[in-house]
Amino acid sequence: MSAARRDTLLWLAQRWSAAVLALCLLVHLAGIIYAVRGGLTAAEILGRTRGNAPFALFYGLFVVAISIHAPLGLRAILTEWTLWRGRSQDLALAALAVLLLGLGLRAVWAVVQ
Amino acid sequence: MGATAGESSAQEEMLEVSVWHGTENGEFRHYRVPRRDSQTVLDVVTYIQRHLDPSLSYRFACRVGMCGSCAMTVNGVARWTCRSHVDQVIRDGRLEIAPLAHLPVVRDLVTDMRPFFDKWAQAKGRFQGGTTRNDPVARVPPDTPERRAVDAAIECIGCGVCYASCDVVGWRPEYLGPAALNRAWTLVNDVRDVSRLEHLKAVASEGGCLSCHTHTSCSERCPKKIAPTAGISGLKRACARAALRGEL
Repeated sequence: MSAARRDTLLWLAQRWSAAVLALCLLVHLAGIIYAVRGGLTAAEILGRTRGNAPFALFYGLFVVAISIHAPLGLRAILTEWTLWRGRSQDLALAALAVLLLGLGLRAVWAVVQ
Repeated sequence: MGATAGESSAQEEMLEVSVWHGTENGEFRHYRVPRRDSQTVLDVVTYIQRHLDPSLSYRFACRVGMCGSCAMTVNGVARWTCRSHVDQVIRDGRLEIAPLAHLPVVRDLVTDMRPFFDKWAQAKGRFQGGTTRNDPVARVPPDTPERRAVDAAIECIGCGVCYASCDVVGWRPEYLGPAALNRAWTLVNDVRDVSRLEHLKAVASEGGCLSCHTHTSCSERCPKKIAPTAGISGLKRACARAALRGEL
């Protein structure tokens, strides 16, 4: 794959993940406002999330979008504000993407199972 | 602090002018220049050079906003000086005149424009036709979207004001900048050009159109009222389509 195509596809991935995040954030905020109306206890939250497949799918999508968007945004910031670039930067940010994905999906699984 | 030079009479209104001298390690020198009606910033600089400090170096040619050679930083903002009236830019009776930002300073108000124009070459800003002089002249209808896009962007005079105003150029020295990308946009829309994909490949990589933050400083400052931001957005869309089709 040419560098031009790779860079453009990464840019598109960041734009599309941003669009997904914008929608997810609205749903997430509305969910928070709805959820706290009757008090906020661990039992109540788990009662709503356990075995809730739509919840798992929604927050799974949220986590995937974050895992794509955040490392790519950080890549642009690092390139603009520091001298760090190249393969070591790519590997570090790929590791960050995997870390965000792992931690996020683990958190979703913890409240759904 | 620099030296103060200039003479005044009791009747004359005077401008307080600070002008950069030296290279990157220079200093501002202060002058008092007589105020005139319809006076441009270039008139002020010329007065200083002819009457107060013959050593002052600056660049100009046409004086009517066509050649793009007299751009400088005036009170912190990049402008063409030949058509910037003192009335429009003066602050508290003072003018501060410095060389354009983001370019090496040769001396005083003269910058080295090579990095700026080298990026036009990097952006493949050269027309590549597919016909010879023996072929008929191409007819390009003026109301097609491509022609309209070219018309909106083609009047660039290469003054460097957009380049000096762009934050991304300051952050990423390899960024091609608004003028080079605007030039590429005119060629991508030129139906006579046969290297459309080559232009897109040149601007899609690291430091190309995808690095633009859409701050729109270039569009705000362009003295020819061109909107490079719009062209750069067009390049982003064209690159995205080409990448999805596997053409890049």
